[in-house]
Amino acid sequence: MAARTKVAVAAAACVAIALGFAGVAQEKDDAAKGIEAYRQALKDGNPAELFEMAGEELWLKPAGPRNASLEKCDLGLGPGVVEGAYARLPRYFADTDRVQDLESRLLTCMETLQGIDTRAHVEARFGTPKKDELVALATYVAGMSKDRPVDVAASHPKERAMFELGRRMFFYQAGPHDFSCATCHAQEGRRIRMQDLPYIPAKEGAAAGWTSWPAYRVSAGQMWSMQWRINDCFRQQRFPEPVYASDMTVALSMFMAATANGATMATPGIKR
Amino acid sequence: MSSIGTCAALAAAVLAFAVDARAQSWGPGADDKAFAEMLRTGFRNAGPVSVDRLVQDDTQAFCSDPAVANSAAGAKRAEQLEAANLAAVKWPSDGRFLGDWRAGERIAQSGRGLTWTDAPSQANGGNCYNCHQISLAEISHGTLGPSLHNYAKLKGTDERALRDAWAKIWNSKSSNACSNMPRAGHMGILKEKDIQDIMALLFSPDSPVNK
Repeated sequence: MAARTKVAVAAAACVAIALGFAGVAQEKDDAAKGIEAYRQALKDGNPAELFEMAGEELWLKPAGPRNASLEKCDLGLGPGVVEGAYARLPRYFADTDRVQDLESRLLTCMETLQGIDTRAHVEARFGTPKKDELVALATYVAGMSKDRPVDVAASHPKERAMFELGRRMFFYQAGPHDFSCATCHAQEGRRIRMQDLPYIPAKEGAAAGWTSWPAYRVSAGQMWSMQWRINDCFRQQRFPEPVYASDMTVALSMFMAATANGATMATPGIKR
Repeated sequence: MSSIGTCAALAAAVLAFAVDARAQSWGPGADDKAFAEMLRTGFRNAGPVSVDRLVQDDTQAFCSDPAVANSAAGAKRAEQLEAANLAAVKWPSDGRFLGDWRAGERIAQSGRGLTWTDAPSQANGGNCYNCHQISLAEISHGTLGPSLHNYAKLKGTDERALRDAWAKIWNSKSSNACSNMPRAGHMGILKEKDIQDIMALLFSPDSPVNK
């Protein structure tokens, strides 16, 4: 529970900085600190590199009941092909008969190659060791698509269906605040507090979001995968918690990726 | 949780509405059945937040398909929903519209409350600065909603202006069915006294809003 409390505190601190609901003086202070930390980070390179390295180690390291590595994992371009794979996800996989994003596909490989029961990984909170593994792996794989064009046409019928489900989810309002993704992300050129909001239904905004995650968050000192990004959006929407790697999360990613089709991957990103 | 209670109490026939004659904008594979299954498998209870929150009331269901909401047929339905939301507005029980603007400023600053990491015991914020410019002293404000600076100077302080602002804050959908603004009173986010305090922030001559 200590870890969970720590996550909650970290998340709250992060939101405090992102949304800035502290007093004016405190806010300017936080903003100044954030900008300074951001500059320092840029000077030294993106700390995401450390997570890419950790992810590559995990990729190569034999693990699980079968003591196997993930080197034969098929991310869509054939077993073991990591380079360029992330730019073509989410996509339909015949072996699972599912449309999968990177993180759900990593779970599949952990199950089939390593023999790991991934339920604990699915249930673990972000910021705890099991999720840290997945975030590092995702950062490594995403980094291997840097500067590649997004190639997600959603042409397979199941990919098309996933796109439509994601688009419908994007506009789905619920909860005490009546929020949907669209509340913040379907008006152009707006911001929440000082934070610019990408307009996701069009290519430019979808690309701003999709191509920059996983990203290192300077204010939080954390590496976030796209699944974590989506999870925290729903937390702020006052929704219940998304199930990790569920079709719902894949659908939203498909909606963003296909809308951003042709944009250039800038993974891993760095954020305030 | 009063908000969940309210939500559940208002939970009207989401599916009944969704499958009515009006065309939906979603393509193949995103029909109501597939979407409901995706929601069922896509969320879990966390902290004080239950999956019951996914159940929509009539207003939320209508506003979740912008192509329908923005259609000619949708305009008539929007008027009905606005009337229903207006009828649900609770006016101040003591007849006082204005409370303490300083307390209102604190509520306007706070974005806390009702997430799965918030303690249910803590007071909810109004989230106002997330979207609105209010006091010019606060430079960190959002732009999803209009500026509220000089509110009373622009709107006046007569009974009509007070009632309009109260209705907007209590239930923003009373005048715009698909407003992006939460229904602070209606959904139990803020209490009557909180709204009196926010009203004072907007209307008091001493408030920084009007300086």
